[in-house]
Formats: sequence, C-alpha cells, structure tokens
Amino acid sequence: MCGIVGLFLKERDLQPQLGNMLGQMLQVMTDRGPDSAGFAVYGEGAADHFKLTVRGSNLASLSRDISEALGVSVGLTLRDTHAVLSFPDEVTGKVREWLSTHRPDLAVIGAGHRIELYKEVGLPADVIKRFNLPGMAGTHGVGHTRMATESAVTTAGAHPFSTGADQCLVHNGSLSNHRSVRRNLEREGLTFATDNDTEVAAGFVTWRMRNGDSLERALEASLDTLDGFYTFVVGTENGFAVLRDPISCKPAVMAETDRYVAFGTEYRALAVLPGIEKARIFEPEPAKVYAWEHR
Amino acid sequence: MPVVDLAVSRVRELNKALHQLPRNTNETHWTVQNPAGQHSIAVGIDAPIEVMIEGHVGYYCAGMNKDAQITISGNAGVGLAENMMSGVVRLAGDASQAAGATGRGGLLIIEGNASARCGISMKGIDIVVKGSIGPMSAFMAQTGNLVVLGDAGEALGDSIYEARLFVRGEVKSLGADCEEKPLGSEERAILAGLLDRAGVDVPADSFRLFGSARRLYHFHVDNAY
Repeated sequence: MCGIVGLFLKERDLQPQLGNMLGQMLQVMTDRGPDSAGFAVYGEGAADHFKLTVRGSNLASLSRDISEALGVSVGLTLRDTHAVLSFPDEVTGKVREWLSTHRPDLAVIGAGHRIELYKEVGLPADVIKRFNLPGMAGTHGVGHTRMATESAVTTAGAHPFSTGADQCLVHNGSLSNHRSVRRNLEREGLTFATDNDTEVAAGFVTWRMRNGDSLERALEASLDTLDGFYTFVVGTENGFAVLRDPISCKPAVMAETDRYVAFGTEYRALAVLPGIEKARIFEPEPAKVYAWEHR
Repeated sequence: MPVVDLAVSRVRELNKALHQLPRNTNETHWTVQNPAGQHSIAVGIDAPIEVMIEGHVGYYCAGMNKDAQITISGNAGVGLAENMMSGVVRLAGDASQAAGATGRGGLLIIEGNASARCGISMKGIDIVVKGSIGPMSAFMAQTGNLVVLGDAGEALGDSIYEARLFVRGEVKSLGADCEEKPLGSEERAILAGLLDRAGVDVPADSFRLFGSARRLYHFHVDNAY
C-alpha cells in the first residue's frame, strides 16, 4: 500500500495555502498508510542561505550553540521533533562538521536552499498537526503515508527520503533488487542511513544527477536498473516529477488546472482541492516520466 | 426517486439500501451525489433499477452488478464493474485499470479511455471503449467481446483463452498466443449489435478482430522451463 500526494502551484497567490492543501490531501490517504507519514515542502528560500532539517531532541539550543562555535548567525525554526537550521552558504561544511562532532545524536534528513522535510511515526492526522503543516507556505510539496513492507516502522524508515540537495523521493511499492543496487551505489561513494528500499531509489536518482543526468534522464535510467513495483514522486528545488513502473502496478492519478498540478495515489486525495470539478484528470502512463518545474 | 448525497451519507448506507431492494421494487431511479472518488459505490446490486452517479468514483464501482443500469458522469478508479453479471454500466469519462475485470455478463460502455488491463480475465462480459485502452488488456480473457474504437496498448490479449477483441485503431503489440483473425459474418453481426447498443455509428468493417491462436491450450515442452 502507501499513499502519495504531490502539489505544484502555478500561481503565486496560492502559495500561502500550500501546506493546508497538501495536508488535506495527505490525510485522505490515511487508509493507505496509517503507520507513519512525512512530507517535504519547498518554501521561500534565499540563494545565499542553506537549510538543514535535523531530527532529534534538545533542539532549541542548536542555533545559539552553532552561532557561538562558528561565529555566524544561524536561524532556527523548531517544529516538534524537527528543526530547520538556516545559515550562509559558505559555512555549510562547517555546520555539518559541527553537527557530526558535537551532536551525533541528531539525524540530518534534508538539505538544500529550499527543502524542509518532516516525518514521524503515527497517524497522518497527528503528524500533520505536530509539525503544523497547514501553516506552511511554498511553491510545491510532496507527502507520503506509509504502510511498511520492506523495513521496520520507524521514523527513519518513513518517507520522503532525501539523498541530495533539495531532492526528495517518495515511493509506493517495493523494490526487489535494492540490496544489489545499494552495494553498487556504496562503491560509488553513496552512504545510506537506513535499510529501506526507497532510500536506495532516492540514492540512485541522486547519483545519476550527480553524474550529469537531468531529472528526467535519471528517472528513465531507473526503469532499467530498479526491479520491482513503484510509483515515484520526486521533488526538486523547482518542481516535481512522477514515474510509474512499466506494468503500472501501483495506482496513480493526476489533476491539472490553470492554478496547480496535483498527484494522488487515488482520486479521493485530489477531491479536496479547489476547482477540482473543472480540472483535467488523467492517469500517468507506465514507464513515462512526467515533470513540472518553475523556470 | 431516492437521492443519496455521499457528502452526508456513508457508502455502506447507500449499498445497504440498494441491497435491500426487492426485484420488483418501485424505487427504480436512484441518484447518487458527491461520490468524491469514494470506493465500492453501488456494488452488488441485484435488481433491475437505474442508478445515476454524479461525479468521479473510486475503486470497484458497480462491481458484481446484476440487472441494474448504472451511469457515472465522471471518471472511475480501478476495477470498474468488476465481475459484473448482467445489466449495463455506462461511464462518461475515463476508466482506470482493470475495467470490467472478470466480468461474466452485461455491457460496460466507457465513453473515454480505459487504462491498463481492461477486460482482464473477462468471462462473458461485453465491453465497448470509445477511446483507447492501455497495455495488457484482455489478459487471460476467456469469453465475451471487447470493442475498442481507439488504439490498444502493448500485449493485447496476452494468454487469451477465447474472447473476441475488436479494435478500430492501432494495436501496439499482441501478447502471447493472441493473433489477428478474419472478420466473418458472424463476428460482424455480433460487433454491429454491440455498436448499436452502445450508440456508436461506425461501420463494423472498420474494425480488426483478434483472438486466441490456441497454442497454449495444451502442454508443449518448448514452453517449459
């Protein structure tokens, strides 16, 4: 099972509503994934400021601790078990180093100029509330409700997975060759935080893009390499992309209006959106990459 | 003329009310509003009634239908009219995967397109799709007729037993043991009847017929692993 939602806004005036719309869509997908939920929101960013989403406890003092140690101003937004740190681009390496040395208890789960990533175990409604998703603004976002099949029900095993700057991936399905793909990627220098099959898919896309592929090309390459069932939704700094396996094992439906593009594992998740009655509703074809980006 | 608003009532309540109808009921015209993509709407009806569903439906809508005429004004999710026994189901929009799966009788009319595995394991149902159908359609089809005015995706009729597949447009590829067959007078009459019932005014001669090559009926050592 598992449920996926994605929302890409075409009009600026909807941006304050992004979290609210995405949250409603995500909650409808509870039946498909009641054990954990997560989402990535692409909000206002600054080209010269980097953001890290960290997960753990005792987060409130992070901003002060890092600022004092590195002598730079570090912003902090605290949301339940997660915090988003924001700091000038040039100190990114130092902040990461400080975190791994002084706060090895924390997990860095998202990194980039715009991405913020939150995930927890529990009913989607509770996860949405704990992080106050309805209060978040942004240009696009993806969300996932999980019914675990390949690895344990843990916060680390919840989606989305982010393995590259401003990239994230959510997955409905299961991969059968993730162990061998993981070994190949580890030889290429990638590291993985969990035993999860989806993290391998995210890592594969990141690796291909690192070697010069466009997002579309990286996803096309996954058709040849990844074996199993999947519908992927991939978030990037400027938009999102959708890919279904060649036999379209897992359901997917999309809606497009003048104001937004939306993805849902089931139409029910799209039915909550404004103007859905007049949207162009269609089912993405198997083995075909669909992408929307702000240029 | 009962009207059921699914923004207020639950699908279970609707289906329970439909299941309790005696076959000679006077409540023969039902309207269902605000389906909002919910699953299993109007499944298991066993009465000659008419049901109008206004909007998009989720999975398994009109499944196991017997004798009812069900019309859906929007799109449908996976498994539309699956295992239908008799009656007519008409969809104004597009159908998702496995429309008409395992259907044993009746007529399913899809005004738009149907995606993958349309008519999978069909066992006597007649399906008319005015648009195109997706890959692996009529997989393991046993009996019945699938009529497609548009194109058919990859592997049409894979592992087909018996069923007639009429396609007017392009066929991307045929599945294992599916082959083109001559369109004889008997098949042309069956096709013309279905086109007439579906309200389609195109000549039967504009279709090609596909069916079973019957090479998988018996064990053949070359097919063994």
